[in-house]
Amino acid sequence: MNILTYLIPISLLLGGVGLVAFIYTVRSNQYDDPEGDARRILNDEWDDRPKP
Amino acid sequence: MTAVMRPNASVCPACDAGPAAAALASGAELAQDARLALSLPTIHCGACISTVERTLDAHPGVRSSRVNLTLKRATVEADADVTADALIALLESAGYEAHELDAGSLSATQADKAGRDLLMRLAVAGFASMNVMLLSVSVWSGAEAATRDLFHWISAAITLPTILFSGKPFFVSAWAALRHRRLNMDVPIVLAIVLAVMTSLWETMLSGEHAYFDAALALTFFLLAGRYLDHRTRAIARSAAEELAALEVPRAHRLTGDTEETVAVSALEVGDLIRVRPGGRMPVDGVITEGQSELDRSLLTGETVPVFAETGLQVSAGEVNLTGPLTIRASAVGKDTSLHRMADLVAIAESGRSRYTSLADAAAKLYAPGVHILSALAFVGWYLYTFDIRTALNIAAAVLIITCPCALGLAVPAVTTAASGRLFRKGMLIKHATALERLAQVDTVVFDKTGTLTQGTPDLVNAEDMTLTQFEIAMALSVGSSHPLAQAIFSKGQKAGVGLALVSEIFEVPGYGTTGVWNGQPVRLGRASWVGAEPLGQVSTFLQIGAEDAIALRFKDALRPGAADAVRALRESGKDVLLISGDSTGAVEELSARLGIAKWIAEALPADKAQKITALSEAGRHVLMVGDGLNDTAALAAAHVSISPATALDAARVASDIVLLGNDLGPIPEAVEVAQKATRRIRENFRIATLYNVIAVPLAIAGLATPLIAALAMSTSSITVSLNALRLR
Repeated sequence: MNILTYLIPISLLLGGVGLVAFIYTVRSNQYDDPEGDARRILNDEWDDRPKP
Repeated sequence: MTAVMRPNASVCPACDAGPAAAALASGAELAQDARLALSLPTIHCGACISTVERTLDAHPGVRSSRVNLTLKRATVEADADVTADALIALLESAGYEAHELDAGSLSATQADKAGRDLLMRLAVAGFASMNVMLLSVSVWSGAEAATRDLFHWISAAITLPTILFSGKPFFVSAWAALRHRRLNMDVPIVLAIVLAVMTSLWETMLSGEHAYFDAALALTFFLLAGRYLDHRTRAIARSAAEELAALEVPRAHRLTGDTEETVAVSALEVGDLIRVRPGGRMPVDGVITEGQSELDRSLLTGETVPVFAETGLQVSAGEVNLTGPLTIRASAVGKDTSLHRMADLVAIAESGRSRYTSLADAAAKLYAPGVHILSALAFVGWYLYTFDIRTALNIAAAVLIITCPCALGLAVPAVTTAASGRLFRKGMLIKHATALERLAQVDTVVFDKTGTLTQGTPDLVNAEDMTLTQFEIAMALSVGSSHPLAQAIFSKGQKAGVGLALVSEIFEVPGYGTTGVWNGQPVRLGRASWVGAEPLGQVSTFLQIGAEDAIALRFKDALRPGAADAVRALRESGKDVLLISGDSTGAVEELSARLGIAKWIAEALPADKAQKITALSEAGRHVLMVGDGLNDTAALAAAHVSISPATALDAARVASDIVLLGNDLGPIPEAVEVAQKATRRIRENFRIATLYNVIAVPLAIAGLATPLIAALAMSTSSITVSLNALRLR
């Protein structure tokens, strides 16, 4: 059962990474235009550098 | 929004002596004009995005532009001298319809802070409840002794901060209710969460078997989901309503000396001279100082016949100038205008409506004391039976968790979200949270006439009274005019394939009509008194050729599409339909006969309308008011529930619960039906939740409810309730 000492922190850490990533996406306005962003990614106009 | 540094405009280095003042000035300018918002209703694809952005970026002065496809909107950062009109013309030449939006009224939508806050709390609660659930599953499947204690301690470490953060909306709301000595749905929720966490902590310290950390978190998660759904439904409606308001950019043309400048309506002051072009709306109350025209007062009073306007006439904000340019001197601006004074009337009328208690609150009133009494009884009973405070407290917590209104908290928002979504696709905007419930109770429908049942645009009815030559002359005289009657003649003629006669020297006399020369004799189209004819009681204009007797051209207000169907469907479903209008008796009588409405009231003042509605409500009726004008606002606010079309004045839209986005009145009977279905579904959901309680509560009181049973009961009831709500879509 000693393996738990590693596994539990690891699983919590991985879950936490997911949570932090989600909070980052909310904070950086990534849900403001889901429809437009889905189409923008298919466009090759800003492939070399991001749109300012 | 990021602050944009503006390159210094001055060329000589010595001019930089007063940079502070320049920065101040340019700062003020930037804040006002650097950001433009455009509504683009026709964009739909990825190619549209890049075309629009490229078109906008190519315009000199535009710094950056960004299209939002979801909201069908573009925001442009540009120099102060770039006007929206120029951008709109540019986009229209590229093939996209564009309208300016008032960036000021949109600011609230862009920073939907409350929604984001809820989403964040929901995410944290979801993350924590999944982790704790995993730990709990291993406890349920047989973890023992030290392992179980370890898992319980980890669960506690995750749960405590999460509950503090995610549960905050419930704590705040429950505290607000308790402070006013009331009970709402959040009081039992908070009590259950707090008691569950406390007893679980105590159990964990004593290395006990049962801990309810997972239940407390799942509860928070499900309830937050309900709260978030509720918020989103309202945010969507609010943003659409704001967009409607933002489409009317409040601008006025102010005359200073000989120059005319465009300013915001809010910047106008008493005594300013304002020019109002034909087709424009009066921005303020005032007196006409120059010009002659006709005024359309239908939005304020419901009258359809245009009023003759000349120097010295009092005008009110909201009236539409029809034919000639007018100069008015402002006598009241902003909050003092008659438009705003109407707001007082609305405030009085609205106080009656706030008495409505929503189904959820009614359920909470019954439910909250019941739950508390039940769990207190369980505690006392078990304490007297065992004299063990630990067991008694554990069972009391289990009762609270099992009865906790998880399903109840989801029952209402899930249904209103589904129903509002369905009505939104039909072109109806539900603005108020309890509007659907109130709409379901309606038994009397009151319609306004002008602009609601009718389109407010006249339709020529006796075209056959004219010979072809006369019609062609009338066409030629009306072709260039912006007067609604002239436009009605022209569109009728165009549809019938009538051409234009050769009339020369056409000249519009503002306020009277149009004159010209045909075959060497003067021809006139206009007011009765101007052509020397007897005025008729209804909307009409007169055509006079040479010295002949004038021919009367009569008009009827065109029905709004779906009006007849809506009235018929409402009557067939057993509702009382009334027509209350500020228009003349003749016009109202004719329309009610046409639609088969037996009860009608004509020449009603705004206060009369509101009074009639109040009288009906006092007689026990649930009144639905449908209206669009300023004269309807008080009545809209006084009614049990109200609907206004998107073409209505801003004030009327604000006062009503539901806004019809399309031109068609057809969806109204269907909306009533959907509302009734939704209310039935809400009651059904309450029943399902109660059924779960009836099964699970005896188990909890008997002390048989393990955390596993609590988790199962909670999830199944929540999922059943959500699925039941989805049947509405």
